[in-house]
Amino acid sequence: MLQTVINALALGSVYALMAVGIGLVFGVLRLVNFAYGQLIMAGAYALAIGSAHGWPEWASVLTCFGVVIGFSLLMELALFRPLRGASPATMLVATFAVAFLLQSIALLKFGSLVKSASIFPGLFDPIANGEFETVRKITVVAIVSAVCALVALTLLLARTTVGLHMRAASADFQTARALGVRANGVITLAVVISGFLAAVVSVILVVENPFVEPQFALRDTIIVLVGVVVGGLDRLWTATLGGFSIGVATSVFTDELSSAHSVYVDSFVFGLVILVLLARPEGLFAPLRARTVERA
Amino acid sequence: MAEAILELDQLDVSYEGVPAVRGLTLTIGRGETVGLIGPNGAGKSTTLHAIMGLVRPAGGDVRLSGRSIRGRPPEYVARAGIALVPEGRRIYPHLTVDENLRLGFAAARRRGDRSAVLKNLHELFPILGRYAKRLGGVLSGGEQQQLAIARALAAEPDVLLLDEPSLGLAPTVVDAVFERLAQIRERGVTTLLVEQRAQRTVAFADRTHALANGELRATFGPADASATDRLVAAYFG
Repeated sequence: MLQTVINALALGSVYALMAVGIGLVFGVLRLVNFAYGQLIMAGAYALAIGSAHGWPEWASVLTCFGVVIGFSLLMELALFRPLRGASPATMLVATFAVAFLLQSIALLKFGSLVKSASIFPGLFDPIANGEFETVRKITVVAIVSAVCALVALTLLLARTTVGLHMRAASADFQTARALGVRANGVITLAVVISGFLAAVVSVILVVENPFVEPQFALRDTIIVLVGVVVGGLDRLWTATLGGFSIGVATSVFTDELSSAHSVYVDSFVFGLVILVLLARPEGLFAPLRARTVERA
Repeated sequence: MAEAILELDQLDVSYEGVPAVRGLTLTIGRGETVGLIGPNGAGKSTTLHAIMGLVRPAGGDVRLSGRSIRGRPPEYVARAGIALVPEGRRIYPHLTVDENLRLGFAAARRRGDRSAVLKNLHELFPILGRYAKRLGGVLSGGEQQQLAIARALAAEPDVLLLDEPSLGLAPTVVDAVFERLAQIRERGVTTLLVEQRAQRTVAFADRTHALANGELRATFGPADASATDRLVAAYFG
């Protein structure tokens, strides 16, 4: 039971980080970035390359962050910015194209066979003997990393001027611009933070599963994308809770279903998603619409 | 007329080829209050959006203190010294009153201590000081309108654009909004006021232009406020 709870919290935390990354960019660009999983994949390959060349772990991690944030910025400059003002459908198709492009580049460059990325192998050990024998250190690291990243992001958004501008831009971008909020600055910052979170997820996922291939993190990304829609894409915190919840649900189904039925995990998760969307189509955590009452 | 601060020169705006504003030319002097009235679809809000950079003009020019700002992005226009109070207020319901106000500083050209500006705004709109920590969404319509105007003034703009500030407000609240606008005028803020309340606007503004089908139809002075026939003709003629 305890292990199920901890595993659920860990996967929920990682998915929450991904949800924040997706939600931040959606907030300022009204764009669901389907290439987010491929950013995580690129970071994982950076770690695999570092591992293959025997680089120190800090250098591999630094390279991972550089690659993911670099690709994020490249996406913004080469794709999102020229398409600013294009229809949401055009933007959506463009991110699909980038996702397939990055995956194809990985396939051409590294082949379809897995690459091993041995990084922080000690984190795969159990945290203690006895009751916690089956709880690995990386599970705790994942939870702590997610909490730290979310707290830092919350402080940035709540306590700084740039955070205030980001919150305003994600709620009503046009009004924010008319108030003088610099569109490109806010978007670039959101993209960089989103890339930073993708790099954190890359490291956590690679420690948990060191076998990197072109589809790395693809399934996780699809689940998180569904999660943010279930939570409510319009607000960052509802998207984050959506990501966290679907991570928890996925982990619980994985732990509780017998190994013979484990192939049905996704069926159960998506079945639950359909039920939730039927009951709360506006999003599980979306607040009821506030109405202003006119007073004389 | 005082020194020209905002000039529209043969301004044309179209939406997907359909003209919304046609050859509009008008000049606003520093410290003046100019009204813009007309029926729905006359091109009033579109004119403000074109000035603000929210829509790109198809032709003509927009000049602020003699410099063209035509086609510039809204954040550039805001930082150049034009502030918009949008139709429907567009305050942020999930941010506090204080946070909404501080957003107005994004376009401020003077750096440094903001407390004097805030104090000024709290004097003009005392309710905003009292409700500083409340969410914008729980304010009444009239309070939200005060917040939207104060937020625009926080940037200490050269020109204030107001898009139907009385829309959807109870008559007594409309009175209060116009009282505040009078106080703002006394402080020397140049204002372009778009309104549906024609007579009230004509009486209030230094002069008022009537638009119909995107074209300038007539110009009125405060003395024309009771000339109902002329106003009706400008609207529907």
